[in-house]
Amino acid sequence: MKSFNYHAPKDVKDASKLASSNSAFLAGGMTTIPSVKLGLASYKDIIDIKNIKKLSGIKVSGKSVTIGATTKHAEVAASKDVKKAIPALAKLAGNIGDAQVRNRGTIGGSISNNDPSACYPSACMALNAVIHTNKRKIDAEKFFVGMFETALKSGELVEAVEFQIPEKADYQKHPNPASRYAIIGVFVAKHKKDVNVAVTGAKSCVYIDKDLSKKLSSNFSVSAIEGTEVKSSGMNSDMHASAEYRANLVSLYAKKAVEGC
Amino acid sequence: MTKVTLEVNGKKVSKEVPDHTLLSVFLRDNLNLTGTHVGCDTSQCGACVVHVNGKSIKSCSTLAADIEGSKVTTIEGLAKDGKLHPMQAAFKKTHGLQCGYCTPGMVMSAVDLLQTKKNPSDQEIREWLEGNICRCTGYQNIVAAVKEAATKM
Repeated sequence: MKSFNYHAPKDVKDASKLASSNSAFLAGGMTTIPSVKLGLASYKDIIDIKNIKKLSGIKVSGKSVTIGATTKHAEVAASKDVKKAIPALAKLAGNIGDAQVRNRGTIGGSISNNDPSACYPSACMALNAVIHTNKRKIDAEKFFVGMFETALKSGELVEAVEFQIPEKADYQKHPNPASRYAIIGVFVAKHKKDVNVAVTGAKSCVYIDKDLSKKLSSNFSVSAIEGTEVKSSGMNSDMHASAEYRANLVSLYAKKAVEGC
Repeated sequence: MTKVTLEVNGKKVSKEVPDHTLLSVFLRDNLNLTGTHVGCDTSQCGACVVHVNGKSIKSCSTLAADIEGSKVTTIEGLAKDGKLHPMQAAFKKTHGLQCGYCTPGMVMSAVDLLQTKKNPSDQEIREWLEGNICRCTGYQNIVAAVKEAATKM
């Protein structure tokens, strides 16, 4: 592995000062470390944010659940507060990767990396999440820009993710049997006024399926989306699944998620 | 270079190592604890699983500096006074290994499972061991070993 300088600052200001175009923030490291090892990325400075206490923890208010950036998947999965407020979110966290990855991987790392097959971005989109950074607040739909790309600027650090508590929600994924990443993942959230159907794994970036969302907003039942054709254009095609197969899975898993609500 | 101080298998150790030293490298090359295996080296196979502050993690994807001050248990730390840990004994009894390469990681993951779930079902065992890959056994006897150990722990 290529060498780098390791830093572990105690507050966000110091972390931000250390950042440059040749650095990366390190949370759980479940993507960053393997990427450096494989030579896919190299950095002069790795800035570990584990010592910044305010970045960890789960808070529930009347309308929202706020999860600190360095909160681990295993903590979200086991949290009584999350299970009560948004059970689908706890379920999603409990099925990311494997047990050892969940003991290290974090929500801030997952969304900052914005892997097209990651689970968390779909929850952010469906639950109208607001991403709190050290500079501003960003709506989820503006945060996820493209493949492995977010609205974050150099030195900008995710501090917490604030999810809107829905009336009901469910997440269904078709995992890659080896990596457990989503070949397709569908997060359905029914809010007071409308329904969001967010899809991950299908395209280069997470997105809201507007057609399915609209149909479910006017009639929240499986029958409302029965027979709806999901178009395969723009969908990923690889050794695991063709674009057509993914399109069919989106429709199937949207129905499963509605049933699971 | 950075100074890393850990408690490994009950003993305090302190070494000056390059910043990018992985925990797996620290254990194997600096402490000569070669029971922790490196298989895929891309955090998928689980041969490198150890416990950090009681929780199972993949040591090939964790920086030694990142866990400064932590308590680490490796496969070498399980047996007490020359007597195998119940999980090790169960793997031996039920033939839960063949070549043995994945076994240290399997055992460490399985011990972590039984810390939180005393009597896991077959399904729960299989789900928990998703991050540990074995190319010999077909997993049947590994699941049997974990069930056997659950009656002893």
